Amino acid sequence: MLGLLTSIMRVFEIPMAFLQRILGIKHLAWVFLAPNLILFFLFAFLPVFLNVVYALTGGDQILLRDRAFVGADNFAVLASCDNYLDPNTCQKDLFWRAVHNTGWFIVLQVGFMIGFSLLTALVLNRDIRARGFFRSVFFFPVLLSPVVVALIWKWILQRHGLMNAGLDAIGLEPVLWMLEREWTFFWSVFLSIWAHMGFYTLILLAGLQAIPRDVYEAALMDAATPFRTFYRITLPLLMPTMLVVMVLALIKGVQTFDEVYAFSGGGPGSATTLLIQYVYETGFAGAPRLFGLASAASIMLALVLVVLTGLQLWATRKNADG
Amino acid sequence: MKPTISKMKGALALGALAVSFGTVSTGASAQEVRFMCSSDGNECDTYREILDKFEAANDGITVLIEDVPYKAILENLPIQLAAGTGPDIAKVTDLGGLSQYYLDLSPYVDGAYWDANFGATQPWYRKSADDAGIYGMHSQLTVTGPFVNLTLFEQAGVEVPGNDADWDTWAAAANKVAKATGVTYPMAMDRSGHRIAGPAISYGAKLFDDNGDAMLVDDAFTAYVEKFVGWHNDGTMARDVWGGSGGSSYQDAKAEFISGDLVYYFSGSWQIQKMSESIGDDFDWKVVGSPCGTGGCTGMPGGAGVVGFEQTEHPEAVAKVIDFLAQQDNYNHLTAKTLNIPAHAGVASAPVDYIDATPAASQALNAFAAQVAGISPIAIKYQGYKHNRAMFNITLQRVSQAIVGELTVEEAMERAKSDLAEAMAATE
Repeated sequence: MLGLLTSIMRVFEIPMAFLQRILGIKHLAWVFLAPNLILFFLFAFLPVFLNVVYALTGGDQILLRDRAFVGADNFAVLASCDNYLDPNTCQKDLFWRAVHNTGWFIVLQVGFMIGFSLLTALVLNRDIRARGFFRSVFFFPVLLSPVVVALIWKWILQRHGLMNAGLDAIGLEPVLWMLEREWTFFWSVFLSIWAHMGFYTLILLAGLQAIPRDVYEAALMDAATPFRTFYRITLPLLMPTMLVVMVLALIKGVQTFDEVYAFSGGGPGSATTLLIQYVYETGFAGAPRLFGLASAASIMLALVLVVLTGLQLWATRKNADG
Repeated sequence: MKPTISKMKGALALGALAVSFGTVSTGASAQEVRFMCSSDGNECDTYREILDKFEAANDGITVLIEDVPYKAILENLPIQLAAGTGPDIAKVTDLGGLSQYYLDLSPYVDGAYWDANFGATQPWYRKSADDAGIYGMHSQLTVTGPFVNLTLFEQAGVEVPGNDADWDTWAAAANKVAKATGVTYPMAMDRSGHRIAGPAISYGAKLFDDNGDAMLVDDAFTAYVEKFVGWHNDGTMARDVWGGSGGSSYQDAKAEFISGDLVYYFSGSWQIQKMSESIGDDFDWKVVGSPCGTGGCTGMPGGAGVVGFEQTEHPEAVAKVIDFLAQQDNYNHLTAKTLNIPAHAGVASAPVDYIDATPAASQALNAFAAQVAGISPIAIKYQGYKHNRAMFNITLQRVSQAIVGELTVEEAMERAKSDLAEAMAATE
């Protein structure tokens, strides 16, 4: 085996020696970076650039040569609104419904997810029986595919699903969980929290375990109450981790699509249509396919993500600097 | 170690030799034709059966059937075609919408045979009214219409309304049956802009203005939507279908009908095979005529067709494959095996001897076939209209919003009008 590897290395030796002679040792690093740079250019930079170009063109043709330059028209159409708080007054009411839904989704999902994750992490950090088992149980949904998550909850919540069977068994009227707009939105947030909180619980658990035990021992000697210990020690020392978790959850929340789409299709009506679904429907599933409008919407979404990513970088750096 | 390396070198050399021989031999004669197919039942398997015979008779042409979900035909195929990476052949349902990509088969096939047998459906595939090309074999003619659970009517002691009954009569009867038998849903209609079009036309909707341009919303269309929304609000229509989903997603109520929990189901002839197979002897069911209104008693025609694409590298082979499928014996086998209504005039001229069809399935096929003659010219025009999918999607989105209360019917119809204007402007 070693001989085979040596033979393979020898095959590369000649061209590498040649390149080193031509470029010099200083510039040889570019040769090693080139494959990654090419891939990054093809699959990250070029699509972003093309997205911007498409956002500036109109029509339903996919090839750029067949598309008319429309400048910022697509952005203007999306932004055209008498009252941003009332989607019915907007030219693209479905876009603004998706913006509103996404906004509410993020506020509720991120808020409750961090709350539940923190609570779970605090419990799992204690010396409870079968701690390892419970840690696995809370992390398990993270491993499931979003479509599986959606189907599981669909089976539970549909008209003749498990939840209504349970209600029926105790003599209560069934509830149309997936047909009422408010309920469907609530369950979309719920299933999203259920599917992802294990991941954030794990991060917070690591943060909790990094807090030195002697600080708690000192607090105990000073007769601090559990609430005071949590408020004065745990929370401040966990804050850098919390910040990272919050920004990560925010970014993930803005990008939510698959599990909610598979769960409710964005309905009833447009009650659970989120921004990514709007982009998908406008650019690909609808007719005509308005690639320009979809690109413009995705750029607006990307700007939000850039801000959130900047926030994450800032939080991470602040955390690293102590 | 050395012997291993020399063995590997030997193997590599042999492999390279084999590959180069293979390339030479296949490059000289073999033509592989990619056929993107989706099934409602057993369509793709039946194509495979017929195409095995084709391959045996046409040395050097192989047909690779890619069995894909229907969603891939609707959403992925148009993108692939626009990007020039589509298959050679596909079974499509957006007949007019993809017409710009079709391969004209007329240089390769017997035009007289095709005109005689597929003359009625060819305009649906053409790029414009003055186009005389031959583009696709309409493989299954479908008609939308209602399925009725006869056993439930019998148990409820309610008489099944006659062929000239209107929507209100059917709604009243279905409600009575549901109430008497305790089933969940009196009526349901597939969540599809195509499905609601027939009833709207029966209500007098014109869909096109006097110049023949798309209009979609008029007073009659609005009147039907108002009825439709009202039926969802009072529990006549299963809210789970139109009100349980969003966007342009398709949803049917086949499972509810098959489980015996639905009295009256407005869908279409493509469901027959699944109904027949899944219901078996569980209950009696039948297909009845489309409910009537001031505009007639029409359903929507439709179906799927097999087309070749201009971007193929093997136009002659593609035409040969489609022409083979279109030959009377093969088409007859396809129709008989897949339990569909034939669009081939020769096959349709005599009763089709459907393979393994239950009495209920035979009745259903005959009932749908009998409705073909009564289909409204507006429905025929709508089916062949190039931008009908835009109109279907707009209907779907806005009517759903009215059903769940996001918009009033009036607001939904105003939005539908402006959506249509924007869609038309984008396609110009």
